[in-house]
Amino acid sequence: MSQEFEFFRKFLRERSGLVLTPDKQYLLESRLMPVARKAGVSSLPELAVKLSRATTFDPLAIQVVEAMTTNESFFFRDKVPFDNFQQVMIPHFLQSRANERRIRIWCAAASTGQEPYSLAITVRELAAKLSGWRIEITATDLSVEVLEKAKAGIYTQFEVQRGMPINMLLKYFEQSGDTWKIDPSLRSMITWKQLNLLDDFRHLGTFDIVFCRNVLIYFDHETKSAVLEKTAKMLAPDGYLVMGAAETVVGLTTTFKPAANQRGLYSLASASAPAATLSPFAPRKIA
Amino acid sequence: MKTCLVVDDSSVIRKVARRILEDLSFTIAEAADGEEALRSCKERMPEAILLDWNMPVMDGLEFLQRLRKEPGGDKPIVVFCTTENDVAHIARAMRAGANEYIMKPFDREIVESKFQEVGLI
Repeated sequence: MSQEFEFFRKFLRERSGLVLTPDKQYLLESRLMPVARKAGVSSLPELAVKLSRATTFDPLAIQVVEAMTTNESFFFRDKVPFDNFQQVMIPHFLQSRANERRIRIWCAAASTGQEPYSLAITVRELAAKLSGWRIEITATDLSVEVLEKAKAGIYTQFEVQRGMPINMLLKYFEQSGDTWKIDPSLRSMITWKQLNLLDDFRHLGTFDIVFCRNVLIYFDHETKSAVLEKTAKMLAPDGYLVMGAAETVVGLTTTFKPAANQRGLYSLASASAPAATLSPFAPRKIA
Repeated sequence: MKTCLVVDDSSVIRKVARRILEDLSFTIAEAADGEEALRSCKERMPEAILLDWNMPVMDGLEFLQRLRKEPGGDKPIVVFCTTENDVAHIARAMRAGANEYIMKPFDREIVESKFQEVGLI
């Protein structure tokens, strides 16, 4: 095993939790050479040298992590969080928010919009149950460029085929040449804001549900903990935190605890009536 | 192991689809047009069918309509896989009893995501 492979392996492990096995060695070459060239170096060993001197938030370090972590966004990515949204979270708030009739949702790493739009579609599909309710979705991302794309709601044929059932595509998108544009009424359910999770984000207010998936992988251990602690302060006492399929809060914070025996779903450890005891509605697939 | 019948008049597409679907643990049967596909289904009904639209002898839509009238022909999950990518074609296929629809060109992730969608994997 080459020296630089060892370096990148350790670097990625520490920076993002990504575990690079020897059989993925080819990925280094194919994904990092473009980054290296952009940074003005012509080989991976040189890139390693440059990285070893980089500070935590050096753009180069971030580029390397981004290039190595699959960053492709799917509609209804991983499915389970959206089933939980429909079968656990929404039923819970239908009871506990019966007076306010309002549910606030935050997508903390909205990327190109697939996640907030998937939530908006799910809400629309539940219209009968949610009639008279206000469902607010706030979608934030670090990148202005990515947010612009999300806001436009225009996707290529490849993108709409990743996770979007064909019936939903016909129902909620309009075809225009080779692209598909999401229904404007779904777009207007979402508020878009540029946000760096390392900054203060109290101004966003209190949320009932926070989707924070596949973004903490970009941060080191302390930053992960800090973002989770800040998020906890913005969550309603009986709110939910949703993390990525391969992520966990274990070892990062004790402020959250697993909820409802669902993988990737957390509630505040201080929650008096744990959401976990709630019996979900019978599973029902949206179709 | 589930069987998937891959119906496409292009042997290249059949080969690509076979490779993807075998990785998803399907046993593959192949047919180059609708008539061949129908014969194959009468012999042994597959669990899944990946179906092209435009083919000689019998096209995908006619095959699907005839399949659904066969005994046990309501069982296979049919995923269209075609260059026809306009709403009118998609709606027609779905009305004829297709379960999902892939617009070519496709890749491994699209096939995987669509097959997941219909509960095949």
